Order: sequence, then C-alpha cells, then structure tokens
Amino acid sequence: MKTLGVILLSAMLTDNFVLAKFMGICPFLGVSKKLDSASGMGIAVTFVMICATIVTYPIHHFILVPNGLAYFDTVVFILVIALFVQLVETAMKKMLPPLYKSLGVYLPLITTNCAVLGVTVLNIDNDFSFVQSVINALGGGLGFMLALIIFSGVRKKMEYADIPETFKGVPATLIAASIVSVSFMGFAGLFS
Amino acid sequence: MANKAPLTKELTKGIIKENPTLIMLLGMCPTLAVTTQAANGIGMGLATTFVLLGSNIVISALRKVIPDKVRIPAFIVIIASFVTLIGFLLEGFMPSLYESLGIYLTLITVNCIIFGRAEMFASKNGVIASACDAIGMGIGFTLALFLMGSIREIIGAGQWMGMNIPVAHDNPMLIFIMPAGGFFTLGVIIAMVNKIANRKPPQEIECGGCDNCPMSGKCDKKEADAK
Repeated sequence: MKTLGVILLSAMLTDNFVLAKFMGICPFLGVSKKLDSASGMGIAVTFVMICATIVTYPIHHFILVPNGLAYFDTVVFILVIALFVQLVETAMKKMLPPLYKSLGVYLPLITTNCAVLGVTVLNIDNDFSFVQSVINALGGGLGFMLALIIFSGVRKKMEYADIPETFKGVPATLIAASIVSVSFMGFAGLFS
Repeated sequence: MANKAPLTKELTKGIIKENPTLIMLLGMCPTLAVTTQAANGIGMGLATTFVLLGSNIVISALRKVIPDKVRIPAFIVIIASFVTLIGFLLEGFMPSLYESLGIYLTLITVNCIIFGRAEMFASKNGVIASACDAIGMGIGFTLALFLMGSIREIIGAGQWMGMNIPVAHDNPMLIFIMPAGGFFTLGVIIAMVNKIANRKPPQEIECGGCDNCPMSGKCDKKEADAK
C-alpha cells in the first residue's frame, strides 16, 4: 500500500499527467503562452479535479457497484464532470466574481480536458481509498499546474529564439515540450 | 439539407487535406500516448473511428430532436455510450489490445476530434454525409497514428509490427518510445507536413486588387498603397 506522500509526489512528478501520461495536452499547448493564464488554468484544473474526485468516488462505490452498473462509469463520470463544471461556473459567478473573472474563461475548457476524466478513472482502476483518491487528484492537479508554469517560462524564452521557418509554431512547441519531458524523467528513480 | 460537397469529397478530405491530427491538431493526447507501437496506433485509430462513426450517425439522425441548449450534454452521453460499447467489444474479442490501450480507451470520450466533428459537421449535415465524414476523419487519424507508431517503434525499439528490423534492432534509441520521444516525433512530423504543404506551388491567385482579397480586412498594405 502506497503512503499518501508517495501518491502525492508520484502524481506530481514521476507520473506527471501532462509530461508522462499525455493527458491534457490541448490546454498544455494552448494556454501555456503566458504565466498568469498558465497558473489560472492550473488552479482551475486542480480545483475541478479534486471536486470531481470527491463526487465520483461515492457514486462509483455506493451507487454503481452495489447495483452491478460499474460499466456505466464513463458515461456517469463525464456527465458528472460536465455538470460540475457548469455548477462551479454558476456558483463562482454569483459568489466570487473576482475569481470568476480570472478563471471563468478556462472553466468550459475543463470538461473536455482528459486529465480530469483520467484522474477519476485512474482512482477507480488503482483501487484507491477515498483519502488516497483525493490526494492523487491534488497531486495530479499540482503536477499539471507545475508543468504549465514551467512550460510558460520555456515558451517565453522561445519567442526570442530564431527558429527555422518550418518549425515555427506548434512543431517548436512540441520539441520544447519533449525537452521539458526529458527533465521530468529525472524524477523517475525517486521511488523505486 | 442539401449536400453541397459530393460525398467522395467528404470522405477524402479527412485523410490528407483536413487531417485531424497533423493539420487541425486535434486529439493530441491519444496521438502521443498510445503510439509506442505501430499496432497500438492502428488499434487506437480504429477504435476512435468506430466511436466517431457511431456518434456522427446518431447525432446527425437526432440533430432536429436535440434542443440546442442541451446539445453538449446530449453529445457527451452519445459519445460516452459508444466508448463503453467499444470497450466491451475490445475486452471480449481483443483482450491484448484492450490491455495495451488501457485508460486511453476510456479517454476517447474526451477526444476533441469526436466532439469537434459532432459540433462542426454532424449537427449540421445529413446522416450519410456525416458517416462519410466520420470514416474519412477516422482513416486520417488512424494513418497519422500508424505513422507516428511506426517511426517510434522502428527507432525506439528496432521493431515494426513485432518484427525485428535488422540494423535498428542492435542499438534501439529507447528515448523514442518514452514520453519525450512522443513529443519530439510529433513535432518533427508536423514540421515536415508544414514544409511539404508550403512547397506546393502557391495557388494561382487571379489578383483582382485589394478589394477582392479576402485578407483585406487584416492587411495594411491597402492603406500603404493608397498613400
């Protein structure tokens, strides 16, 4: 049984959602141009990941499994996430307008972020307990934010670089991502 | 709803001209994640094609029934149902592929290609046109994945479809089947596609002056000319 610390750190570093598991590549490439939007997206994703885990875990274990409906996981989870994102958006608009102003634009994007669906499904696949699931979601979200923030720094430097014409834009970004991913491979030996 | 474009065009546009992965840059997550082997790439591509075909047909058949306001949840449920279905089929008939695709099979649900085609095409066009569109896009996606998987498997493992490649097998460059190699390979492939696409002789534009130019709104040459 893994301890909570190991789960947190491995979700953040060794099994980083973006750079090792390739989940959430679209926002990673799309929103990492500026530091403030990168951190905004990171916070929003972490928040939704934790909340989605808190909601989907009891649904899976107390509603679907006792009724023999575990195969409905995908349909139910994605609906819960879509519903939840909508709910968070509405609630935030009413109650925390300043936070909504800074995060609002990212919220609709999160529904189709595979990292969120991925973390809820992984929690079930790995047979995590409730606390472990929440910690895993926290680690995954923080790891996502870390990758986005680091990468926004890399991209800022890239804007000044003289890149060959064919590689401008997405190809150069992907190759930079590959180098950042190599640096995360250094964490691989951390818990062996 | 009249089909403006002939069906063959709907079918072929996804393969090269509007290739979902290499030109439109959709569905990057599975493209990077499962392409450590060429066979996995084909498996993922065909599974996605199946879901895309099913969801496109159902969504275009129901496009007049689904209210506009709840179309996104409705699309998601339809797509997720087909993903569950393909999960069962693969688990039953191809357990090894099911194992190697793992969680990414579930994540077809949130593949932007499927949602994008539902929103952009199937909800506006007839059933047959949508089916052709889905098949074309699916083939394009499968080909892109197969290309990625072949490159990564040959260089990274010295194998292709499970067969050893004589020279490459002696010293495989392991990094190509690691995550970093996935980003790198995709970056290089997209750069190559850009290069080839740009090399094509520029379309012979019958220039009718700035007034006929579709870019005139964004172009500042017009004002410079006027001065």
